[in-house]
Amino acid sequence: MSILVIAEHDNSELKQATLNVVAAAKAIGGDIDVLVAGENCGAVGEAAAKAEGVNKVLVADNAVYGHFLGENLGELVAEVGKSYSHILAAAGTVGKDFMPRVAALLDVAQVSDIMRVESEDTFVRPIYAGNAIATVKSTDSIKVITVRPTAFDPVAGEGGSAAVEQLDVVKDAGLSAFVNEELAKSDRPDLGSAGIVVSGGRGMQNGDNFKMLEQVADLLGAAVGASRAAVDAGFVPNDMQVGQTGKIVAPQLYIAVGISGAIQHLAGMSDSKVIVAINKDEEAPIFQVADYGLVADLFEAVPQLEEELKKVL
Amino acid sequence: MKVLVAVKRVIDYNVKVRVKPDNTGVDLANVKMAMNPFCEIAVEEAVRLKEKGVASEIVVVSIGPKACQEQIRTALALGADRGIHIETDEEVQSLEAAKLLKSVVEKEEPKLVILGKQSIDSDNNQTGQMLAALTGMGQGTFASEVVVEGEKVNVTREVDGGLMTVALNLPAVVTTDLRLNEPRYASLPNIMKAKKKQLDSMTPADLGVELAPRLSTLKVEAPASRQAGVKVADVAELVDKLKNEAKVI
Repeated sequence: MSILVIAEHDNSELKQATLNVVAAAKAIGGDIDVLVAGENCGAVGEAAAKAEGVNKVLVADNAVYGHFLGENLGELVAEVGKSYSHILAAAGTVGKDFMPRVAALLDVAQVSDIMRVESEDTFVRPIYAGNAIATVKSTDSIKVITVRPTAFDPVAGEGGSAAVEQLDVVKDAGLSAFVNEELAKSDRPDLGSAGIVVSGGRGMQNGDNFKMLEQVADLLGAAVGASRAAVDAGFVPNDMQVGQTGKIVAPQLYIAVGISGAIQHLAGMSDSKVIVAINKDEEAPIFQVADYGLVADLFEAVPQLEEELKKVL
Repeated sequence: MKVLVAVKRVIDYNVKVRVKPDNTGVDLANVKMAMNPFCEIAVEEAVRLKEKGVASEIVVVSIGPKACQEQIRTALALGADRGIHIETDEEVQSLEAAKLLKSVVEKEEPKLVILGKQSIDSDNNQTGQMLAALTGMGQGTFASEVVVEGEKVNVTREVDGGLMTVALNLPAVVTTDLRLNEPRYASLPNIMKAKKKQLDSMTPADLGVELAPRLSTLKVEAPASRQAGVKVADVAELVDKLKNEAKVI
């Protein structure tokens, strides 16, 4: 078996999600090659070559891949990937965009968002927003798979010494063009891939109070999220929403502050490894899923938490 | 220009999902069904394009059993002009759905195809992209804004970390994200009018597509339920537990 992993990156840095996907590839077994497609992305290729368990790195460096347009990446990956048994990418917004195109061009099905590998052709994935877990077997000769990064522990990013090969394959579908992007200017990690998430709910009372959570998040290197109730109340923008209708997160640590724990919120975070709930209502459903519950007024507990964390971190 | 909208009948998003005791799937017997929420957003966007004078006709298509016609009628009540039902009682996977939609696209020749980014049952997030690849169209996935200008459509997409705008040649495929719009409710007079709108029914065989699923579901289980943990007395104990017991900070 031979597995092609498509690297996730921003043309300068390899994203950690790639290391999680390589871990999923290792669980399948076989030679693992990594494809880095981008523009002026040589440094990313060098970084991918150091990842544990990587056999070879292929670098397709061309302006047509600079903004990761799905039409161009789809053609490239279908072309390069057709000689592999498995093609894997992280289930982020880039992978979700181009991978189904790859599958369609190869006339195979795609298995989306896998959280476990059972065997080379059988995978476990969430359906119904995680309210059910399906075990799915693929009969296609090439398996096109997106991987939920948080479900796999990353391989080491250092120590490997894979060969790096330049690919001279330029696929410009001529269907789309990049116009512009507005990326949130935040030094905090992305909500979907953060190792720690601190979220606030309706109990925060207003948007200004989220600053308290941001201070705690910055101590922990965490992302800040919110419940739908907090978004609907206008405290914070919708891209912070964790839940069935927002982002699905599964960090190592999830701290829910002033969140009651509606089913639609639990669907977005209950795969977190450790859940902490801080709420003054001891009957709040969030306590039924929390590993550590603190019944307290958040306006007292959160500043205390910040002080205590400063002592130990 | 003509706009094609694909809609899917799924379990109502308010219904609590229960896995069948024999682990063969999710219990859908006597469960309320509805239009997939992302598909409602797709219909709404098409209707708004028509209200702006950009779209001239909205054709809505759904694939599935006879009961799907309820969702097509809902879309007609919201402002779509005409319906197409591709009737089958078989399971239809994303690649097959894309092939069926491709043959509808070839017949109808829409300038824009709008779909939900994913359905809330299978959560695949594939059909729109597959359709775009099979028909050689560009795609604006996870759209939060759609602006048609001449022979191009500018689509602002919700991507990890922010927003990205792409310009696509028409015809193109757009898949909707939550913030694109807030769908309206159908009024009673429009529900009555929708009953008289044209709805054509056909089968996958009529469209020359053979249903051949590539994925088989071996089992469906309830997620591991979490046990409630412990209550801590104060913040100091919480931080101590996180550091020394759970070892997550």
